[in-house]
Amino acid sequence: MRHFLKFAVGTAIAGLMAGGAYAQDTVKVGLVISMTGSQASTGKQIKAAVDLYMKEHGDTVAGKKVQVILRDTASVPDNAKRIAQELIVNDKVSVVAGFEVTPAALAVAPLSAEAKVVELVMAAGTSIITEKSPYIVRTSFTLPQSSVIVANWAAKNNIKKVVTIVSDYAPGADAEKWFIDTFKKDGGQVVETIKAPLANPDFAPFLQRAADAKPDAIFVFVPSGQGAVFMKQYTERGLDKAGIKVIGPGDVTDDDLLPQMGDAVIGAVTAHMYSADHDSAMNKKYVADFTKAAGFRPNFMSVGGYDGMHLIYEALKKTGGKADGDSLIAAMKGMKWESPRGPISIDPETRDIVQNIYMRKVEKKNGQLYNVEFETFKDVKDPAKIKK
Amino acid sequence: MTEPTPTAKLATQGILARARWHPLEFVFWIVAFGSIWFAPNKHLILTEIAWLALFALSLDLILGYAGILSLGHAAFFGVGSYAAALLAKHGIVTEPVLALFCAGLVAAVLGFATSFLMLRGADLTRLMVSLGVALVLRELANQFGWLTGGADGLQGVTMEPILGLFRFDMFGHNGYVYCLVVLFVLFLAARRLMASPFGLSLLAIKGNPLRARAIGIGVDMRLVAIYTIGGFYAGVAGGLLAQTTAFSSLDVFSFDRSADLLLVLIIGGTGYLYGGIIGAVIFKIMQDYLALWSPQYWPFWIGLVLVVMVLVGRDRMTRWSEPLRALVNRLDWRRTPS
Repeated sequence: MRHFLKFAVGTAIAGLMAGGAYAQDTVKVGLVISMTGSQASTGKQIKAAVDLYMKEHGDTVAGKKVQVILRDTASVPDNAKRIAQELIVNDKVSVVAGFEVTPAALAVAPLSAEAKVVELVMAAGTSIITEKSPYIVRTSFTLPQSSVIVANWAAKNNIKKVVTIVSDYAPGADAEKWFIDTFKKDGGQVVETIKAPLANPDFAPFLQRAADAKPDAIFVFVPSGQGAVFMKQYTERGLDKAGIKVIGPGDVTDDDLLPQMGDAVIGAVTAHMYSADHDSAMNKKYVADFTKAAGFRPNFMSVGGYDGMHLIYEALKKTGGKADGDSLIAAMKGMKWESPRGPISIDPETRDIVQNIYMRKVEKKNGQLYNVEFETFKDVKDPAKIKK
Repeated sequence: MTEPTPTAKLATQGILARARWHPLEFVFWIVAFGSIWFAPNKHLILTEIAWLALFALSLDLILGYAGILSLGHAAFFGVGSYAAALLAKHGIVTEPVLALFCAGLVAAVLGFATSFLMLRGADLTRLMVSLGVALVLRELANQFGWLTGGADGLQGVTMEPILGLFRFDMFGHNGYVYCLVVLFVLFLAARRLMASPFGLSLLAIKGNPLRARAIGIGVDMRLVAIYTIGGFYAGVAGGLLAQTTAFSSLDVFSFDRSADLLLVLIIGGTGYLYGGIIGAVIFKIMQDYLALWSPQYWPFWIGLVLVVMVLVGRDRMTRWSEPLRALVNRLDWRRTPS
């Protein structure tokens, strides 16, 4: 008991001293991502994008030096929470960014709310994340955004019977729910819904079940990094020859892995917010610079990181370098800019991203596979939040 | 009452000598509790070290003392973790200390139930059985998503203050003191237990189960007992993790966690209770330092260090500390000069 008391007094004094002496000329950004473990590919994309942005724009903004502290979560959500806590408490970061999977983003949300620190979600795509703390802002995407659009498209393009295969965790549930609801409303039929475990991606048995149901198409969501396995097994099982199409949010035809997937993937139709093939001067430069610096092609996760940094920089410019949570989040709300993926903005009400969703088809261009965009849906908000 | 025979006297003295506190042990715990004040900004990592140390201690009880090899010790850790998180989430037992005890009990029940499986077969069989139990539990936790949150982890856990007084603060101060006190209390209990005839009989079983049986030690009963106790300890460690992070995910059952734990214990050394604690300190600090220094390639470095450690040999590492021990022994006023 006495320990606690002494300790409380000691901390209070230490806190006061630290508060007074704390220098205000650096703004620290904690980058909490997986550089190792099952989500490492996403972490590497985000890291490369953040590095690229800082190389292009320097590390000083509004008179402040921006310092990024990279920490590896090893793809374990408990680690994400502890690391974010250390960054907030010890390093006094103004922003914690990253979070490639939903559990990590959710685990950190209470900290963000309590410490009033901006949590910038650069990757995770479950709709509810932004509602868990008033300081969460997102630069990636939400799964309902693309799932609704791909459902509309499928219903209009002669796809009547669909089997859904999604990874069994929150984003998968989001994708499945919004696809099925929309597709059924449009008159489509979902013959089977399959959930595949997240941890050990082996889709062969599920693909067999899907094939037996003889659908027109398979709607698939797997997290970034697992798409290659899925497509390989899809070809091995001969589903491509049976004329069963692959549709879904763009995670399955991830630009990073697409070149290695083989020609079987040609014709897969997905809806997503970014393709390395997006036709704009800004994106051409982005892809070229990124590939040169990192040695691999940028995917949709990378733009989340790139735009995340942009959002931090612009918000700092707007606040004149003030980096407390309230000023930053206020500055971020309603921010609009041109990203490599096209025009995007932050919804002032939900702090979620508003962006164009593109329908794309995998095609071969100059001997390489790309998601080629053929239709654009402008300024799509997260459908899950409009309904409320 | 008859005078005890000289052999009995000698045995009593031997047991008492084992129970006596070595001066280094005092130093150890003074440093441990001192860290509350001299490293206030390291409390979050120290919290992890504290529960990992307790977890390693639980493995030491069954491996170091009873010689039961296990690659699935995370099963108990995980059950304790989910139990603590669920109790808090659904408001069943809101006071953390009591909830922690309950979490330990749940894990102990599991330990008791699975101990009968562990009695069958020798090392390799036990390794496989323990691994299997952990895998089964992980998959169960994954399948019962409505209860455990599945792959998303158990969200929305809010912790009540410890004893109704000390809130789990942002800085992790109270959380650390709490973990450290729990570790200390359970360590004392384990120390007492292992210095008792029961602990000695376990060592006999580890040395040679056949001979132990021949001299009249109830082998099976003792193994069941220590496995259950080990389960309790691991469950409490898991509960501490869940309580300090207000979160639990499938990762608590992962094979990596069991394997890492074995590493921790190998680094620190088995069979003297401090091994797990020292191993946890070295392992976590090394991991944290390497991961900070090289976020992308730290697993490589950690692997390298471990290989070097094994090549150099732990015996040699303990030998390095020999001069220190000798010095302390000489200064120890309670020892009669020989």
